[in-house]
Amino acid sequence: MEKSNGFDYDDLQGLLRFGFGKLTESCFMLLDISDAAVARQWLAAAPVTSAATASPPPVTALQLAFSAPGLRTLGLREAVLAGFSDEFLTGMAGDESRSRRLGDILGNAPPHWQWGGEPERVPAVLLLLYARPGGMAAWRQRVEDNLFAAAFRVRAILPTHNIGPIEPFGFADGISQPVIDWERRQSTDLHERDRYSNLLAAGEVVLGYPNEYGLYTTRPLIDPREDGPAQVLPEAEETPSLKDFGRNGSYLVIRQLQQDVPGFWQFLDREAGSVPEKREELAAKMVGRQRDGAPLAPREAGDIPGIPPEAAFNHFTYERDGQGHHCPISAHIRRANPRSGDFPPGVTGFFPRLLKILGFGRQRPDEDLVASARFHRLLRRGRSYGPLLAPEDAVKPEAPAAERGLQFIVLGSSISRQFEFVQNAWVMSSKFGGVQQERDPLLGTREPLANGEATDSFRRPDPGGPVRQTRQLPQFVTVRGGGYFFMPGLRALRYLATSSAAGSTKDHA
Amino acid sequence: MTPQSTFLILAPIRAGQLAELRALLASMNKAPGQADPANSLVPFGRFERLHVARFVILELHTADDISKYGLPPHEWAPSLAFLGDCDGDGESFLAELAAYAGPGLKKIFSCCEGFTGENDLRAWMEAHSIRPQANYVNWLGRTVRQVREEAALHQSLAACLPKIVAEVGRDNYRAIRQKLLTHVEIAKAEQRLTLTPPEPTPLGWLINNWLHKLGVPLFFLLLSPLLLVAAPLLAWRLRMLERSDPDIVIRPDREHIRRLSVLEDHDVTNQFNVLGDVKPGLFRLLLLRTGLLLLDYSARHIYKRGYLTRVKTIHFARWVLVDNNRSLFFASNYDGSLESYMDDFINKVAWGLNLVFSNGVGYPATRWLLKKGAEREQHFKYVLRRHQLPSEVWYKAYPGLTAFDLWRNSLIRQGVEVRPADEAAVRAWLSLI
Repeated sequence: MEKSNGFDYDDLQGLLRFGFGKLTESCFMLLDISDAAVARQWLAAAPVTSAATASPPPVTALQLAFSAPGLRTLGLREAVLAGFSDEFLTGMAGDESRSRRLGDILGNAPPHWQWGGEPERVPAVLLLLYARPGGMAAWRQRVEDNLFAAAFRVRAILPTHNIGPIEPFGFADGISQPVIDWERRQSTDLHERDRYSNLLAAGEVVLGYPNEYGLYTTRPLIDPREDGPAQVLPEAEETPSLKDFGRNGSYLVIRQLQQDVPGFWQFLDREAGSVPEKREELAAKMVGRQRDGAPLAPREAGDIPGIPPEAAFNHFTYERDGQGHHCPISAHIRRANPRSGDFPPGVTGFFPRLLKILGFGRQRPDEDLVASARFHRLLRRGRSYGPLLAPEDAVKPEAPAAERGLQFIVLGSSISRQFEFVQNAWVMSSKFGGVQQERDPLLGTREPLANGEATDSFRRPDPGGPVRQTRQLPQFVTVRGGGYFFMPGLRALRYLATSSAAGSTKDHA
Repeated sequence: MTPQSTFLILAPIRAGQLAELRALLASMNKAPGQADPANSLVPFGRFERLHVARFVILELHTADDISKYGLPPHEWAPSLAFLGDCDGDGESFLAELAAYAGPGLKKIFSCCEGFTGENDLRAWMEAHSIRPQANYVNWLGRTVRQVREEAALHQSLAACLPKIVAEVGRDNYRAIRQKLLTHVEIAKAEQRLTLTPPEPTPLGWLINNWLHKLGVPLFFLLLSPLLLVAAPLLAWRLRMLERSDPDIVIRPDREHIRRLSVLEDHDVTNQFNVLGDVKPGLFRLLLLRTGLLLLDYSARHIYKRGYLTRVKTIHFARWVLVDNNRSLFFASNYDGSLESYMDDFINKVAWGLNLVFSNGVGYPATRWLLKKGAEREQHFKYVLRRHQLPSEVWYKAYPGLTAFDLWRNSLIRQGVEVRPADEAAVRAWLSLI
């Protein structure tokens, strides 16, 4: 068992620690459970890959996540299930108010989804398979054994396709990720951190550990005196008399985002008068990076915990670009992670801090409009799908149309504070950081506001004064499916597999 | 400058009339909880001084919580609250309401105890008015008319700026400004734009404000020797209570949250209400009243220019003690979703919330009044949602505009009326449009 300062990687599904980048083949399956008893039996022996490092590194990987209805079908008691967060229990498409907040309206609305859009028919299991090139067929054969066939019905296989380290629009992807502070080296104290750090408390991605507030996120805890099989679970750190079903588990948010690659580049081409350099410049402004990943924001001169100085494409904040002259406020990567600290830039020391707490000592009018980033970080583990289409080909009118996009996956300990917050307050908001008439240039819907105000612009602040404005952006990304899942720790998987052994589950199910 | 006022009419609902009242109020909406400005009962849109208004049914879902202190549950009759914020004085506004929405209001208030068709509506409303213990206005003196005129100005400038830039080039900032100003002059002459100058500040209000500004510090100054002597004792008592107050961690009901969410995020601004009991004992009540006094004072004299400490997203807010100081009602209008409102509360102004709300039953335990409390994130979010009440009807005179938008629009107008000091200021002004 590998342990580092007490962190039990053996109990963690590997995806939480690794992106399985070398395992370029992937197969994401949505399963329904046809026989819960057989499913538990299969689960007991499923070769789920842990986060412990192996030598040689694995050539295949299997990860498992369950929706709330899936856990229920497997026999998890209602009382245990009730310990999960509301958003997980309700589901991504289970409430119109949620859809409205997430921008899942009009063309993005759940009724139009290819999967996951019917609240009463949520897939039970999300099975993620990874393999080295050429290895998927054999790996699938191994995983999908006779038990598997008797236990599950394959609802759908989500498309994935390796197009290299870029996303379908053609931009380098996956450069910015939080570094998980497994060893608890960094203080989470609200009073000890003012600037952006890329180190993130383990409790922000995995349940059962202190989060960025130094607190434990709500999760199912079980009294082992009432539930024998729960003995197999780890203890709850803050209440050792209880067993922790959530520990080492994580919520998994998946969304199939269809990207209109020809539509994107052809729009930019028209805007740029078919001048390739201008087209690239506008695209880079929308993303916040050049296509090769070079950020538009100036390099951060000081240290950023969790980002080594040599990581040139990641070593930046927006502190010296408050007005967005380099990287527009509305640029996609700036919205997705504004790299903000607990205090606005320049507030250091006791008195400036005290002044700031009271609301004084303002240096910029738009200060404090954006929340501190550390409470809203996303650990991204998505994979793209559809054939590669280079921007140079995408601009041509005869560019082949195809289903392309991203199986967007994020892991975290709070769906509402992380994914939903980022999606609502940062990505979809037409008021993020004080912007006007614009949502995320890539991901945003273009739905006007209640007063009819347009939101289909893209504004590039300019040191010369008047902003440079692109109008009537079409929607480039459409939601095609999605769901909230829970990716349990390995001991929790074992508990799920054996809970029926106690014979108590049927009474509660 | 036209100061803003706030009104709140509160009356118990007649037994058996709750469902009828709910249906009546719902008939005023165009979307769940979103008032139709032209609805026939109270056509909010006709009141040009009215910023925001709402009807809330005050129900005390947490009436049993106080039993943790060994006290009987708080007996509370569901009451109707009609509240809002307007320009100029509140009494004349009530008169206006009675004059222009009389039949509708009578119909609504008929569901309340003590109101019959024979009552004089205005007198009845005045008799049921309650003053808040603390009140916050995002920008003192900014009228609805000003908000609308400035929004129109911004829109008009934004529409013609690209043409001007294309005409004279983006580097020619002087010419751009000149052309914009000409555009405004023409639009004003053709009465497509109006920029009404501010009214003189009412003398009575000015005097009152100065008396308040000096009186409150004077009161504390006079009291200070006593406070100084008592401080160790008070601090000791506070810590005692903070340690012994029962911890009430109850997860809000999912159906309750669903009912609240239905009303949220239809516009960039949302409404928010909470009602909860005050902790028992004179000490807590005095502490709460002191906290509210300080809050009201600072809101009135310090935080009147776009921010309440670090929070810039609140348009109007009020804190009201009801039922003989037994419960506290808080109502606000804020930009963004509830999740980001709570984020602001926890990460920017937890200490301020603690100062007031830690005197409420069930609030997460504080340390030395200002520390912890709201910083206990999950617990705080539970408490907040559990005590939250839906606004049956909510009206905002300027949908689509955040407090930050209003501030920017005012700056744009300022740049039209006052010549910016230098080149950088002109460019900064142009960048706002």
